[in-house]
Formats: sequence, structure tokens, C-alpha cells
Amino acid sequence: MTQLALVIDLNVCVGCHACVTSCKQWNTSGEAGPLFDDNPYGKDPTGTFFNRVQTYEVGSFPNTETLHFPKSCLHCEDPPCVPVCPTGASYKRKEDGIVLVDYDKCIGCKYCSWACPYGARELDEKQQVMKKCTLCVDRIYDMSIPEDRRKPACVISCPTSARLFGDVHDPESDVSLAIRESGGYQLMPEWGTKPANHYLPRRKTKLRIHADELVRADNPLSKEDIKHETSKESSLDDWLM
Amino acid sequence: MHPAFSVIFLTTLLGVGQGLFLALFSSQAYSVVDVLPAQSGNFYALGAFIALIFLIGGLVASVFHLGHPERAWRAAAMWRTSWLSREVIALPITMAVIAIYALVNWLGIDADLYGLGIPNQVALSVGAFGVVATIALFVCTAMIYAAIKFLQEWASPLTVVNYFLLGTASGFGFATAYAAIAAPELAQFYGGWAITLTIASLLTRAASLFRNARIKQKSSVQTAIGVRHNKVRQGSMGMMGGSYNTREYFHGRSVAFLKSVKWIFLVLVFPIPLLLLWLGLAQANANLLMLAFGVQYVGLLFERWFFFAQANHPQNLYYQVVG
Repeated sequence: MTQLALVIDLNVCVGCHACVTSCKQWNTSGEAGPLFDDNPYGKDPTGTFFNRVQTYEVGSFPNTETLHFPKSCLHCEDPPCVPVCPTGASYKRKEDGIVLVDYDKCIGCKYCSWACPYGARELDEKQQVMKKCTLCVDRIYDMSIPEDRRKPACVISCPTSARLFGDVHDPESDVSLAIRESGGYQLMPEWGTKPANHYLPRRKTKLRIHADELVRADNPLSKEDIKHETSKESSLDDWLM
Repeated sequence: MHPAFSVIFLTTLLGVGQGLFLALFSSQAYSVVDVLPAQSGNFYALGAFIALIFLIGGLVASVFHLGHPERAWRAAAMWRTSWLSREVIALPITMAVIAIYALVNWLGIDADLYGLGIPNQVALSVGAFGVVATIALFVCTAMIYAAIKFLQEWASPLTVVNYFLLGTASGFGFATAYAAIAAPELAQFYGGWAITLTIASLLTRAASLFRNARIKQKSSVQTAIGVRHNKVRQGSMGMMGGSYNTREYFHGRSVAFLKSVKWIFLVLVFPIPLLLLWLGLAQANANLLMLAFGVQYVGLLFERWFFFAQANHPQNLYYQVVG
């Protein structure tokens, strides 16, 4: 079984919002109709987005760290939003594990959005149907796009390659390797939703130096405890300086 | 959560309609064994018709909650997994059975179905189905909320108990006022139950308030973003104009406002209707009894508003600071 997912490396994300804008651009231009924007250039603009980048501050000054946190649908393996849908408009695809909404069946009751602990779903105010990240399902299978470009718009646009895309059920895929080897984790594990998307934590490369490593351990002078009085006369070495 | 008036009216009106039907059916069933004086078919028919109007009112209110009400028929599809879908099925069934119950009583249709030689066998048989449908509808309505496990204020059997008791209390309250006008000898029976149910719902609602005041939220900003540090502060939620996430899940009122609504509903739903019911029954005054129902219904609107506003959605952890 395939479970497509994103792996987002928080160690690399610089919070540039390129994934947000490219996601909006791709998904507002697709067959499913625009992602509604209300009052985009006026006061109190609002609109539908599949993806957001948030910023957090960890720790207290001066030991603080800024964390940029991209947030979209996690395509849970046990999605709580799917069974609550009364019409079956919200579903999880068997073939690739993407959680989707059938906009023609959705009645806009908002129950699925209540049932998502992550707030990944947004009601489109214009179309009055629930919308969410589709993992660019209209892009990743499009044979008219070169194969290496058949990835979600956010993954392609990320300038730092903080977003990886692949099958988390394939143990040898890039995403599985990243999760396994770089400490990939899931959000809000306490609710048992088993999100397919994973996040890679901030990592620091540190060199641990022990005190004995600062002194030459095999120094024959210290080892044999030989201490010579240094001569006051000039030696050959002094001539070299 | 942001309390939607459509859902507030839906749940409260359904409760009154269902409670009223249960009151009518119970008195008709008791009259068979001569515990209560039997009434004419028209009394039950008119009462059931009023119950039906309450249910229709709830149905109309629910339409305002939907983005695409014209597709609402699709909502019956997923009854295997969705409590909302189950409610969508249970509501028309309840309405249909109550309508048939009203019709049978109005037309006086009767037959000795079970060979017992007692009257109203058809009406009581239909009514028994109605009781099952009514209770199923109460459970479906409440489970819509109780089934969302991470809305911890709702995820409790108390939610189901409260919906049932508050709904039946208001329904029996209306039945008391109705009987005071149309069948005074039944007013004591309905009124006694209205008082009993109101006191019972006070106990269970207080229990849920007590529980929710001491609730320990399982999610925190640490689990939300997966960073193990005691001090994590949001710097930006990623947008400045607000979105569905900032509108749907926040009640947008102050803590003091929330607290005042709690006390308003605690006063309007329980002590005042109890007092008015007692006075109304003692003086056999239909106006006081109708007032008791009116006050309690208004109180229930506040109660339902508070029920929604109090629920704390974990997604709010992601939307604490604009920028």
C-alpha cells in the first residue's frame, strides 16, 4: 500500500512562505475552481489557503530559537475527519492515501473541520464547500509534466529543499529514510490520528571536546615527567624565528 | 468553538419537540391502565402536531448551517460511521412517526391489534415506535458532539445525558402549559415530570460544568509543533487577515462574558422555571406555566451557546498570535 506524504525539515525551513504562495497559485488555477479571496486588497483581507507558515519562538532570551513551521493537511492514516462526513464527500484514497474532498458531494456542514484537531480544513466562503491540501493530486499524476516535476507545488518551490515528498510506506524511499535517520516525528500523537506527514526536528551539529583532549595525551615530556631547565643561551631554533 | 445560532436553535427546538411527544405518549399509555384520565384523540393529535412544528422549526434552523442545503439528501449516506448522518436519518423518521401518531389520534383509527380489548392500540403502537425514534434522535444529536474525542469538554457521556434531560424537561414543561389549557387534569402529571426532569438535568449539567472546569487538556503547543521546551511562544500564525481557522473555532468573547452566560443559563433554565412551574401548578394558572416554558427555552438558548463556546478546539493552539 502506498501512503504519499510530505516530510518537512524544520532544520532547513527559513520561513520564506514560498510554499504558501506557490500552493495558492497552483490550487487557485486548477479545475476545482479558485481558492476564494475576500477583499484581497482592502481592509481585513481573508481567503482560503491549504498551507501556512507559522513562526514560533522557543526558549527565553537570550537562549531563544526561531522555528518556522509550515502547516497543512497531514493526510492522517487514521483520519478523524473522514468517518464523520455524513455524505462521503470526505474520503481517503486507497491507492495513495491522500485525503480528499469531493466538492460536488460536500454539503458544507463543517463537521469534518470540527473533527480535525489540526485545523487543516477551511470552508471556502464563496463555494461553500470544505477545502484542504490535496497533495497536488492534479499535478503529481499529470503525464504532461516532466517526471521530476510531478511533485506538489510547495515541494518544487521550496528554495531550501525543506520539503520532501514520497511514499512513507516504502521503507527505502527518501522520506522514510529521512524520518528514520533524522528523527522524524508526528504532530499531536496523543489523538492516534497517525499523520502521514512528518516533521524533522531542529538539529545542531556539535563537537563534544573532553578536557583530556585539549592536552596532548602522548606528550613524551609530560608522560615521562621529564622537565629540563631551558637554556638562556640562544639555540638553533631561535635563529629560525 | 464559535456558537452558530442555526445549531443552537436546531438542538433546542428538537429537544422541545421530542420531549413534548414523550410527554403525550406517556400520558396516553398511562390512561390505558387507568392511571391517568384518558383524553380525546384530538388532545394527543394537536399536541403531536405542535411537537411536529417544533421539529420542523429545528429542521429549518439546520438548513441555515449548511453551505449547500440543496445537497442535504446526500447526508444520509454515511450512517455506518457518522453520527451526523444517523441524525439526518433519525430526524425524518421521528417526524414521520409523530405525524402518523397525530393522524391516527385525530382520525380515531383503532383496531384490536393484540386482542386485548383495550382502546388506542394503533395509536400506542405507532407511539411506541415514536419513543424509540425519539430516543435514537436524542442519542444521535448528542453523539455528534460527544464523538469528537479531542473536544474534551464534549467527549463525555454527560453530553448525551444532558441533551436528553434538558430536551425532555423543556418538552414536559411545554406539555404542562398545553395541558393546563386543553386538559387540566393532566397538568399535575406533566408538571411533576417537568420538575423532576429539570432537577435531574440541573444535577447532570452541574456535573458536566464541574468536570469541564477541571479538565486537563491533552494537547499543548508542545505537542502541536513537536518541540520539547517548556517555553514555546507563537510569533506569527502565518497570516494577518484572519481565516476560517480564526473564525470558526473561537467564540470571540471575553472570559467575563462567558462566565455571565453561564450564570444566566443556570438561573433561567433551573430555578426560575421550577418556581414558575410550582406556582403555576399550585394556582392552576396556564399563563404562569407557559411563562415557565418560555423562560426555560430562552435559558436553553444561553445553555447551548455556552456549550459551544466552552469547547476548546486543539487547533486553536496554532492560532494564538496574529503577527
